[in-house]
Amino acid sequence: MEPVAELQAVSRLYRMGDTEVRALDEISVAFNRGEFWSIMGSSGSGKSTLLNLLGCIDRPTSGTYLVGGRDTRDLDDDSLSELRGADIGFIFQSFNLIPQLNVLENIMVPLFYQEKPSLDGEESARSLAERVGLADRMSHRPSELSGGQQQRVAIARSLVNDPNILLADEATGNLDTHTSGEILDLFREFNEEGKTILLVTHEEEIGCQAHHVLRLKDGKIDEIGQGVG
Amino acid sequence: MGVGSLLLHKLRSLLTTLGVLFGVSSVIAMLAIGEGASEEAQEQIRQLGSQNVILRSVKPPEDVVSNQSTWSNNYGLTWNDFETVRDTFPWVTRAVPVRALMQDVRVGSNLMHPRVLATTAEYLEATGRLIYQGRFLGVEDQRRTANVCVLGYEVARTLFPVSSSVGEQVKIGPEYFEVVGVLLPRVPIGNDAPLPGVEITSEVLIPLSTGRRWFGDMQVKIRSGGRDIEVVELHEIIAAVDSAQHVPLAAAASRELLARRHRESDYEVVVPLELLARAEETKRIFNIVLGCIAGISLLVGGIGIMNVMLATVTERTREIGIRRALGAKKNHIMLQFLVETVVLSVGGGLVGILVGVAIPSAVEYWADMRTIVTIDAPILAFGISVSIGLIFGLYPAWQAANMDPVEALRHE
Ligand SMILES: Nc1ncnc2c1ncn2[C@@H]1O[C@H](COP(=O)(O)OP(=O)(O)O)[C@@H](O)[C@H]1O
Ligand SMILES: [Mg+2]
Repeated sequence: MEPVAELQAVSRLYRMGDTEVRALDEISVAFNRGEFWSIMGSSGSGKSTLLNLLGCIDRPTSGTYLVGGRDTRDLDDDSLSELRGADIGFIFQSFNLIPQLNVLENIMVPLFYQEKPSLDGEESARSLAERVGLADRMSHRPSELSGGQQQRVAIARSLVNDPNILLADEATGNLDTHTSGEILDLFREFNEEGKTILLVTHEEEIGCQAHHVLRLKDGKIDEIGQGVG
Repeated sequence: MGVGSLLLHKLRSLLTTLGVLFGVSSVIAMLAIGEGASEEAQEQIRQLGSQNVILRSVKPPEDVVSNQSTWSNNYGLTWNDFETVRDTFPWVTRAVPVRALMQDVRVGSNLMHPRVLATTAEYLEATGRLIYQGRFLGVEDQRRTANVCVLGYEVARTLFPVSSSVGEQVKIGPEYFEVVGVLLPRVPIGNDAPLPGVEITSEVLIPLSTGRRWFGDMQVKIRSGGRDIEVVELHEIIAAVDSAQHVPLAAAASRELLARRHRESDYEVVVPLELLARAEETKRIFNIVLGCIAGISLLVGGIGIMNVMLATVTERTREIGIRRALGAKKNHIMLQFLVETVVLSVGGGLVGILVGVAIPSAVEYWADMRTIVTIDAPILAFGISVSIGLIFGLYPAWQAANMDPVEALRHE
């Protein structure tokens, strides 16, 4: 199977004054199309750093990162932006919706930055909103929604450009167990439709639901195993 | 999308734009008032005749002997001066002598104290005045020393409020004169009322020869404790010059001539062209000062806008991070904040233009001043407000565009 994202001996160093923090240390791993991964580890183990690199909002200090076979070192800032807009969907722990925009507008934000704007952008945004169960909330502001609903908007937004990879950093971290389950079901649904999903979490009961589990410890791969999903 | 967040902070946006609003409106208003004032001044100067050189008699400062009961004072331009100007100055096409007489004018019980001027038929053309009714003084009147007069518009209206004055008799001093014509006021009668601020000199004109015959060269002024006797041959010589280029030559020659012939400074030389140049210079300086004031107020306005935009960028750091993660390029972020800044400053600018156009109308209404709003003032103001938005929005927008996405997403 062809990898959609592949890390080859990737390190990410943070320099803080005299000390150097190795947030990621020589990570090599390949994620294949259609896989459902969870990335686990204790706080500070480098999960977010890894996800930021995978999402191309950060660059490795050393090593190679290939997205769909393209070396990201050859891409400038604008090309990375285009790559994010086309291939990658982000979902955050704190939802990160834009407060002054309503649900539909929030879902449509990635469409503004498309190189080739699709004619039926609003249509696909609407149908995504319906799929995540927000048909009657289109013109609500984020502040008028519950946490679970806000995360559904974020999921719809991450899918509006039809990306290959969904990156979720502690997407259920701010939600209760029941709502977390619903969000996880959504991920499973989209995974079955062919999306590659990388889910960062420190909660064992969430992480074990994925097909593959990557465990990090102090910036190194501790273990790559199978989930129950 | 950017405009939405401006509306989110309505009050703040409004306060921010006040600087530009005041700057723009004061520029337009001051330009209009300045333009109006200078236009008015130039109009008055032009009415003196821009190709004329005017020589005037001036009463010298009084001497210590003035406590005498009778005092004879001999000063001013002479017929000799007049002939020299007329006959020896090559550029002077026409010289018009004017004598001012201190006489009352009355019709029945209606009494006025206008300027009574004794002059020749050429006065009309030299001053560019126009006839409203009847005719002007002719060469024939001069020769016959006829008792005829031409009234200024104001005088005619005061002495003959209901009927036409032409053909009627008026009494100048002890003598009766027939009215043969009425002059137009200096500025055309718009809406029956002359423009505010333009002096309407009420005057009555009679032939030079007639004036001399009845009133002589001597003027007797009664004052408390005695009488003033003034002997003045000529009060004014209006020298019309063949072209504007020769006006400075004629002016210099006149000054030199009078300086040679007169010991006291009992004369002055008025050159409308010089006054015009001085008025233009004054206007230029006014415009420079105005430009500086406007520049400072717009700078302050621009800094205010930049300040608020910097705060906005910090406040919306997270939003910037989100947009970057969702595929926005640096240019997209830059453009978003630039557009917001330009919308702010242009919004202020447009309201400023409205206010700036309204102020001159109010000034015209309340202060009776003439103002002129030229079409380029609002266009200039609009251009300035767009530029302010661009210039002062550039740095905040650049800062927003160059944030690190990861850092921005972590921002609380
Ligand atoms: N911007 C940064 N500057 C310095 N150190 C950082 C920065 N971001 C992360 N780190 C360090 O890198 C390590 C991994 O962080 P992170 O990837 O956020 O961990 P996790 O998401 O697994 O909790 C931590 O030790 C953290 O302190
Ligand atoms: Mg983390």
